[in-house]
Amino acid sequence: MVQGHATTDDEKAVDRAARRFDRWSADSAVATIALLSVLLVVLMAAAVAIGKYPLSLGEMLSAVWRWVIGAPAQGQAETVLFSIRLPRVLAAVLVGAALAAAGAAYQGLFRNPLVSPDILGVSTGAGLGAVLGIFLSLPVLGIQVLAFAGGLATVALVYFIGSLVQNREPVLVLVLAGVVVGSLAGAAISLLKILADPYDQLPAIVFWLLGSLASVRGAEVWSAAPLVLIGLVPLVLLRWRINVLSRGDEEARALGVEAGRLRLIVIGAATLMTASVVAVAGVIGWIGLVIPHLARMLVGPNFNRLLPAALLMGGGYMLLIDTLARTLAAIEIPLGVLTAIIGAPFFLWLLARGQEGWS
Amino acid sequence: MSGGATSLISARGLGFGYPGKPVGRGVDLDVGAGEVVCLLGPNGSGKTTLFKTLLGLLPAQAGTVMIGADRLDDLPRTEIARRIAYVPQAHAAQFPYRVIDMVVMGRTAHLGMFAAPSERDRQKAHAALDLLGVGELADTPYTRISGGQRQLALIARALAQDASLIVMDEPTASLDFGNQVNVLRQVKRLAEQGLGVVLSTHDPDHALAMASRVLLLHDGRLIADGPPRDVLTPARLRAVYSIDVAIETLATGATICVPNLYD
Repeated sequence: MVQGHATTDDEKAVDRAARRFDRWSADSAVATIALLSVLLVVLMAAAVAIGKYPLSLGEMLSAVWRWVIGAPAQGQAETVLFSIRLPRVLAAVLVGAALAAAGAAYQGLFRNPLVSPDILGVSTGAGLGAVLGIFLSLPVLGIQVLAFAGGLATVALVYFIGSLVQNREPVLVLVLAGVVVGSLAGAAISLLKILADPYDQLPAIVFWLLGSLASVRGAEVWSAAPLVLIGLVPLVLLRWRINVLSRGDEEARALGVEAGRLRLIVIGAATLMTASVVAVAGVIGWIGLVIPHLARMLVGPNFNRLLPAALLMGGGYMLLIDTLARTLAAIEIPLGVLTAIIGAPFFLWLLARGQEGWS
Repeated sequence: MSGGATSLISARGLGFGYPGKPVGRGVDLDVGAGEVVCLLGPNGSGKTTLFKTLLGLLPAQAGTVMIGADRLDDLPRTEIARRIAYVPQAHAAQFPYRVIDMVVMGRTAHLGMFAAPSERDRQKAHAALDLLGVGELADTPYTRISGGQRQLALIARALAQDASLIVMDEPTASLDFGNQVNVLRQVKRLAEQGLGVVLSTHDPDHALAMASRVLLLHDGRLIADGPPRDVLTPARLRAVYSIDVAIETLATGATICVPNLYD
């Protein structure tokens, strides 16, 4: 019997305290998520106000009021708010939320807390599509469509290769196929960089590959948001089964889950979310890796709670980074540079801190 | 047990293994309600592979498996999970799910496609943990408990699954002496409540103490199937393990297996 284990009173007290803490943290997950929601709204209001043309709270409220009652836009404040600031803030939240949710799903799926949404090559594939679009001097919309298609096609290819290989652990085969196809796409990107016009196309390519929301307007938000939502719905619906899948294929199947089919659905959903935001914002690393981690530390691994926490934190973090990117310096700092500068040391800190939340 | 209508699971001429690498063949077995069937065999004899084939986790290479009156191949995974619960060997987990969350995963086969466990499912999971005497672990992260406690949690998960047959892969392997006896006792009690239990073990004493029947697996073939005292003879154990043992009956009536450590 477990009670028969020789434990000293001290150990028991520590144990009881740990259990109390665990129960408290389980109950507090809902409160944490509510707090994160409030925090995101505050961040959004602040991000809308901050910029080269500062907006006061009064200006913002009156503009929103005039929009609600259907009055025509007037004055520079409203133009800045509706055609520049607000689309960009919404885009940042959308991009961060989508990347973090996809990362959370992938980490559970691949049973590895060090997995990011790029593991099956979606970002590299989208990058190749966009670079090809820039190389061919396509209009912005054409570049975005090529990026989106490139991301989906790369993951489809990886999945197809994975399904050809039998007799091996399917998850491992997928990861390896992702590495191989990803590095092939990376080679193609390098080739296009060399062939591209160094004065006109190359800077655009480099800028795109580091990610930016500088050119995002309402149209981009409206085209990406529905696709992100379509990807999010299966993740919300299948939240419990995604937990079970993180126990591994064999156990999940013994528990009554069609593991292969569920994995295909989750990969499809996460890829759709990632590809649609990468297509408008470019490649932005780190968020899909670090944010799910942090969310797990706050609310635990249960996907029920991990998903909303990752969405809120991803959105908030991206918004913070993007606001820094457009206000820190006279020029726009690429997002990929900032997420790495902040993300890498933070991740090292997580590593040094150890365990909690991921092993 | 001669099979027939009361069998929870039966296999006929079962060949099992991995594609291109057959492990065993010609296995016939039946497990009925209230039976504890112990599978004994040396390392690499194919015990785990046989279990995975019985559960439909690996495709059978020959022969058939029937679950109740249905062919295993005809049943969807959900239905298989409602009839057979599997207790795999405990291994470390990647994510710190609370023990209760782990155990309630046993309810998955009873949930709708898009549903999460209800309060009732949670109560069933708590009841299963309590039954195994580890109710106080419910809120502890699964990553922070010992190997033996994990094994008990996995058994609780199988109980929460509400299946009529439980297949356990070496459920006592990582347990200390006390927990081994605890698990064996629970297994016996479950069988008395009418469940069928198939378990693999390396300890002939466990089989002698509690099995209704013992299956001896050697090189992928069942070389014996019958009551423990008939199957576990010094001659057979010598043939399978290449060691000398004595089978002794104690004054209490219990039978034990004593290996000879000297030549």
